[in-house]
Amino acid sequence: MELHHLTLEDLAEYLRKKEVTSREITEHYLSRIDAHDEEINSYVTVLNDEAIRRADEMDAALSRGEDRGPLHGVPIGLKDIFCTGGILTTCGSRILSNFVPPYDSTVYRKLSDAGTVLLGKQNMDEFAMGSSTETSYFGAARNPWDRGRIPGGSSGGSAAAVASGLCAAAVGTDTGGSIRQPASLCGAVGVKPTYGRVSRFGMIAFASSLDQAGPITKTVKDAAILLEAIAGYDPKDSTSVDVGVPPYREWCGRDLSGTRVGIPKEYFVGGIQPEVDREVRNAIAALERLGCEIVEVSLPHTDYALACYYIVAPAEASSNLARYDGVRYGYRSEGYSDLIGMYRQTRADGFGVEVKRRIMLGTYALSAGYYDAFYGKALRVRTLIKRDFLEAFNAVDVLVTPTSPTTAFRLGEKTEDPLTMYLSDVFTIPTNLAGLPGISLPCGRDEESLPVGVQIIGKHFREEDLIKVASALESVLGAFGVAGESGAREES
Amino acid sequence: MEFEAVIGLEVHAQLKTDSKIFCACSTAFGRQANSNTCPVCTGMPGVLPVLNRKVVDFALKAALATGSTVRRESIFARKNYFYPDLPKGYQISQYELPIAEGGFVEIDTKGGRKRINLTRIHMEEDAGKLLHEAEFEQSHFSLVDFNRTAVPLLEIVSEPEIRSPEEGGAYLRMLRDILVYLDICDGNMEEGSFRCDANVSVRPRGQSAFGTKTELKNMNSFRNVEKALEYEIGRQIGAIEEGGQVIQETRLWDVAAEKTVSMRTKEEAHDYRYFPDPDLVPLEIDEGWIEKIRESIPELPLAKRDRFQREYNIPAYDSEVLCQSRALADFFEAAVAVHGNAKAISNLLMTEVLRELNKDRVDITETKLTPSHIAGIVKATDEGVISGKIGKEIFQIVYQTGDDPVKIIEEKGLRQVSDEAAIEKIAQKVIDAHPGEATTYREGKKGVLGFFVGQVMRETKGKANPALVNEILKRLLEP
Ligand SMILES: [Zn+2]
Repeated sequence: MELHHLTLEDLAEYLRKKEVTSREITEHYLSRIDAHDEEINSYVTVLNDEAIRRADEMDAALSRGEDRGPLHGVPIGLKDIFCTGGILTTCGSRILSNFVPPYDSTVYRKLSDAGTVLLGKQNMDEFAMGSSTETSYFGAARNPWDRGRIPGGSSGGSAAAVASGLCAAAVGTDTGGSIRQPASLCGAVGVKPTYGRVSRFGMIAFASSLDQAGPITKTVKDAAILLEAIAGYDPKDSTSVDVGVPPYREWCGRDLSGTRVGIPKEYFVGGIQPEVDREVRNAIAALERLGCEIVEVSLPHTDYALACYYIVAPAEASSNLARYDGVRYGYRSEGYSDLIGMYRQTRADGFGVEVKRRIMLGTYALSAGYYDAFYGKALRVRTLIKRDFLEAFNAVDVLVTPTSPTTAFRLGEKTEDPLTMYLSDVFTIPTNLAGLPGISLPCGRDEESLPVGVQIIGKHFREEDLIKVASALESVLGAFGVAGESGAREES
Repeated sequence: MEFEAVIGLEVHAQLKTDSKIFCACSTAFGRQANSNTCPVCTGMPGVLPVLNRKVVDFALKAALATGSTVRRESIFARKNYFYPDLPKGYQISQYELPIAEGGFVEIDTKGGRKRINLTRIHMEEDAGKLLHEAEFEQSHFSLVDFNRTAVPLLEIVSEPEIRSPEEGGAYLRMLRDILVYLDICDGNMEEGSFRCDANVSVRPRGQSAFGTKTELKNMNSFRNVEKALEYEIGRQIGAIEEGGQVIQETRLWDVAAEKTVSMRTKEEAHDYRYFPDPDLVPLEIDEGWIEKIRESIPELPLAKRDRFQREYNIPAYDSEVLCQSRALADFFEAAVAVHGNAKAISNLLMTEVLRELNKDRVDITETKLTPSHIAGIVKATDEGVISGKIGKEIFQIVYQTGDDPVKIIEEKGLRQVSDEAAIEKIAQKVIDAHPGEATTYREGKKGVLGFFVGQVMRETKGKANPALVNEILKRLLEP
């Protein structure tokens, strides 16, 4: 078996048995990136020398008996939204195309402490605004299963890299589906943790009340291992919550008997690609066979989620992105004659179309005279959406839905029509608005062999429930594996 | 037509915490530019604010000292605008749900004591400072110093209940005194740790509707606030009387020209797009926290003034001067505890002591003076050991050296001469030496007595008991 097919658990075992070194694994991944990433475009920055040096350090540490746990010596990728001290961090934007942060995000620090080797910073939609990774200043990333298609977004680079064996695992971020939707479209596993579960410190903000970091991996157990490493309270993030981190790994392989699974009827109405509907229903049938009790539930305010999200997220973004003014760091345009001119030119040139569209939307929604009608109302709707979920969770342990209404679409297919693009996240957005955890895992394929993902949504701070159900489901449906050079499935 | 001014004041008080409001950077003044900064206060991508608990303690002190109602749950909001001294592109402030509302500050006016109600007190972060290469218009570039960025501020907003520049001045001084007593603000207007903006309008006396208001900025002393209010009220009344109208605008006080000038009109005003800051959770304050702060609040300036008048039987003016600073008031009370002549101690403090403190620009706690020094000087005077004049000389020595006044009196032989026979001998000698002046006195020009007293005091180097000298001279000069 080739190294890039191995799960985190396998790698950990082989490293400790001295069957392989961190350097060998790292070199293997780096050579794959060198060979294949020109086409996939999943990385913005590849840390060739640094990764090798770090792998050697981790090998040396392990031979000294210094064992940092299951991620020790494992090469991973990070979405280019996490600040990495001394390493270029672009957030997929021209305006940060030269930004080298002087500090580490908490996620990166935790991953370093856990002994991982950072292969590089992964491509993404600019400022995480997009569902296809086409808004990246560094060019679109490709879907490993069909390179004429998008990998989803905004963590599209991370999902594509995991699915094409260009890193052992990755960490992305999810504001409205940006981990789960690309994981679904690439046949990977992606977890959006409860809001407050993972520190946002050093993670470049898109919409602060929605953003969460989470793992993108080949298997559910890998996701559990990675989540355990990055989760936990951080005094540097006032919105992180001091709730103990359970050993998620131990929730893999458990019996599902008696687990109550809710099927929200509002998620199975028109607009879903028939194969997606079919595969998700198959997954639900599989859960029933595993001993789950299937219950139909209602989330009556689901229809308003998309509108609510496209007010709340751009409003927060319009404020979060005000700091990119060309004064202190990043890109600054030439040829201005006064302060306002410098701001205007820098922001006009530094931001892409989608980012500017959302800044405009958000600025408008917060303006005097419009606040109550837009932002104020969106906050009230958000409360209703959250209440829907809490009521549903009185009757069930988890909810199961499709992750995305369609499988991967073609490059350029939706770029001209933002509203159609926004619909890609219609099933993932409500979870972010409610602050709930969600996982996406592969559950089948469409007529063109493209992956279909199923989403499991859990109660606040009950990621272990997601791991338990997803792990059992994966054991009957099988993991999706790594895409081959042709885009066809590579047998492992 | 008679007009009435309607004034509301907005104060920004810089809090004396050691670290900034949302990061651990120092608030120390006068450091090298941008040395008190970190990724958080310079608004780098991805950083998050964490509220400094001490800032809340200080805000609670101000709230409780002014009788304000503390909100059990208050919210931080973002005030969005672009300026290079504002690194995030927004200022974290409080908007809809501030930490405290209501409350009041009492002032003494010509018409008696008056209560000025407060609208609100809220916490916010300060902005940085721009440094220009030359005069602003001529500069090719500007530099930014972020040392002051995110230094904590309290904004204290009064209701529009101030009716004259004098009331405005009295309100500001009283508010400053309260914050200084609470030890949460330096209260220095010139250095900018206590700043004031004013909303001013005028209306015909008797009318209840407000006139159009202007906002005044850039007044950096109590005197300037009073002058600016005076000017602006006059300007607005003038405009109305000439058949014109007041336009809503922001005006700057031009210190040199002593007038207000237009800065921007309502149309040019910012839309700050306030919304709750999603990076900070609602601030919850429980009863225990409030109680802990309540216990730490000292006697406040006005209460102390009233008590001094009552307890020590000193005039209102004395108590106001003594209560200007907590240290001076404490010093006074300690001195009176040693020697009970409160009025004489007050006199010495208000004249000799304050003159030296002002000259040296120091606080009384920074000098060598102790309350028993002052009590000792007054006591020696009261007991006739020294004259008042010698007392002032002794004070100077004590102030310079910190030596005990009793010791100085003994060592320098400054003890007052009250020996009648000795004084009589000197007096007779003086009279004999000036027969002409003696005759003038005897012819009825009693004013000459002062001349003889002066001569006797000179002969005795000021040590003779003046009352005794008077009495003896009169007796000897009688025909
Ligand atoms: Zn700082």
